[in-house]
Amino acid sequence: MLLIKLLLRNAFRHRLRTALTILGISIAILAFGLLRTVVSAWYSGVEASSASRLVTRNAISLVFMLPSSYRDKIRQIEGVKTVSWGNWFGGIYIDEKNFFPNFAVDPKTYLELYPEYLLSPDEKTAFLHDRKGCMVGRLTARKYGWKPGDTVTLKGTIFPGNWDFVVSGIYRGRDKGTDESQFFFHWEYLNEAMKKTAPQRAEQIGFFILGIKNPDQAAEVAGAIDRSFKNSISETITETEKAFQMGFVSMTEAIVIAIQLVSFVVIVIIMAVVANTMAMAARERTNEYVVFKTLGFGSHHLAGLIFGESFVITLTGCAIGILATFPAAKAFGDAMSTFLPVFFVSPRTVYLDVLASVIVATCAAIIPAVRVVHIGIAEGLRKVA
Amino acid sequence: MPPPPPIVRIRDVSKSYQRGSQTLPVLQHIDLDIAEGAFLALMGPSGSGKTTLLNLIAGIDKADSGSITVGSRDIMTLSETDLAAWRSTSVGFIFQFYNLIPVLNARENVELPLLLTGLSRKERREHAELALQVVNLADRMDHYPSELSGGQQQRVAIARAVVTDPLMLVADEPTGDLDRISAKDILDLISRLNAELGKTIIMVTHDPRAAERAHSIRNLDKGILNNAPD
Ligand SMILES: Nc1ncnc2c1ncn2[C@@H]1O[C@H](COP(=O)(O)OP(=O)(O)OP(=O)(O)O)[C@@H](O)[C@H]1O
Ligand SMILES: [Mg+2]
Repeated sequence: MLLIKLLLRNAFRHRLRTALTILGISIAILAFGLLRTVVSAWYSGVEASSASRLVTRNAISLVFMLPSSYRDKIRQIEGVKTVSWGNWFGGIYIDEKNFFPNFAVDPKTYLELYPEYLLSPDEKTAFLHDRKGCMVGRLTARKYGWKPGDTVTLKGTIFPGNWDFVVSGIYRGRDKGTDESQFFFHWEYLNEAMKKTAPQRAEQIGFFILGIKNPDQAAEVAGAIDRSFKNSISETITETEKAFQMGFVSMTEAIVIAIQLVSFVVIVIIMAVVANTMAMAARERTNEYVVFKTLGFGSHHLAGLIFGESFVITLTGCAIGILATFPAAKAFGDAMSTFLPVFFVSPRTVYLDVLASVIVATCAAIIPAVRVVHIGIAEGLRKVA
Repeated sequence: MPPPPPIVRIRDVSKSYQRGSQTLPVLQHIDLDIAEGAFLALMGPSGSGKTTLLNLIAGIDKADSGSITVGSRDIMTLSETDLAAWRSTSVGFIFQFYNLIPVLNARENVELPLLLTGLSRKERREHAELALQVVNLADRMDHYPSELSGGQQQRVAIARAVVTDPLMLVADEPTGDLDRISAKDILDLISRLNAELGKTIIMVTHDPRAAERAHSIRNLDKGILNNAPD
């Protein structure tokens, strides 16, 4: 008890130095937490994707389409349970900077495959029955103030013209990692318009999403699909949704790795700062530690005092840093919601904060503790006089 | 009546320091007996080895050869850990510069050595307060070292030295940093501990006035122990 009191008083003995060290740790933990959050936001598409869903696309590139007739052929392949499909629409709401992903999909099968998009039963019915209906994620709806029943016009880029939609429902994500920024409407609505205006572009599908019976057979099912379109006009690539999402992320992987690297560098720097503070503190108090030894206190007591002080300082900084991370991440996430729609501080990031702090506190205390434990009492006392 | 067996028994103790290729003898073939309840002053010129000898007796330094028995323990054969445990119960330390912990108040400083005993918190507190009463500082219990005069700090240090009721007190120039009046106070106190509580006291000093208070004086010169010159 008295020793805990002592190490607490020791920690705050040099007020300014301790305050500056704690400030440094909080900023480092804040930076570390934000950078980790950016990284997990980057991977959120991968995290949210399911291993039991497959994506089939044109083998040449995503911008090339597949004929809608593939639908029936895929349905017949062993192991496939549900087939849904869609096109990237690429519509713009008023201005190009108002970006959100928008897709033409087959609503019934799509909602079957994506139970994580939560709609009320009324909204779901409305969406399924209105050919001009659309379903919008909560984030995007809030951003533009859309409510069910509103008419929304998107300007087509890939499919020219102004397209009117009626907001049938606003979905929520079932999980924290679910993307709530997307916009879905009826593929049939797009297809019929194409039939009238550009028949050669009708009956074209950008990607198929498949539900399979057994996730363990994903590789076999994907292989069977791609084999059945071998040597046809459009060959296919089928992979799990996770692999598909990963394909997008890996294009930017170098940036992510750089961010991760920076987050660790921040921790190493703060480790040096705390180690310096602890070394200075222990050096100033060598005499007191020698007196402890003289009185009969053992190495574990001295190491306990030094490690304890290091932990008090580091964990105080860590706590402040974590508390600051939440509002900072919220502000950052709101500002960046267009690019990183899923932006939240995960429990894992908080664990990593604490883990990093524990490592920093330990490393910073090791050298001073070893020095103090090894100093001889007679020599130590002689230095004072 | 036969004399009581000595509490400290030193036989043929030598110690030297190595400076590069040079061997510097600090203590040479020391023999010394100290009786229980004695008050011994160690004198001698600077560098003669007084502190070194005191440190050996108190178990905070190691001799090169010879034997040192304190109570019934041969302290030269104890391990570091056993020696530390032995010190915590057997030796009370009084230093020239008091060596109090500045962030602990007087009572907490005195309580410190009791953390190594099995006493409860309440008992520790009571013992510490009692020790502070003995040194006449009961009214300064909550004061921090920086709020006390040198003499008062030394009294707190003496309370810390006696609180575990050790076999002996070792003091290295306990008045070396004090003015005459404070020094007299401290010497009165040390004499009282010897006379009234029967504490064995070994005190290194330069000050003849301090040495006067002791019952016997031994002189160290260049590492060799002589009887006191009268
Ligand atoms: N670690 C060391 N290395 C080398 N020489 C040392 C060491 N410690 C002490 N000495 C030497 O040992 C000798 C005795 O030192 P000691 O401190 O015992 O003297 P002292 O009698 O207490 O002197 P003073 O009255 O000045 O305190 C001195 O010559 C000192 O220089
Ligand atoms: Mg000395």
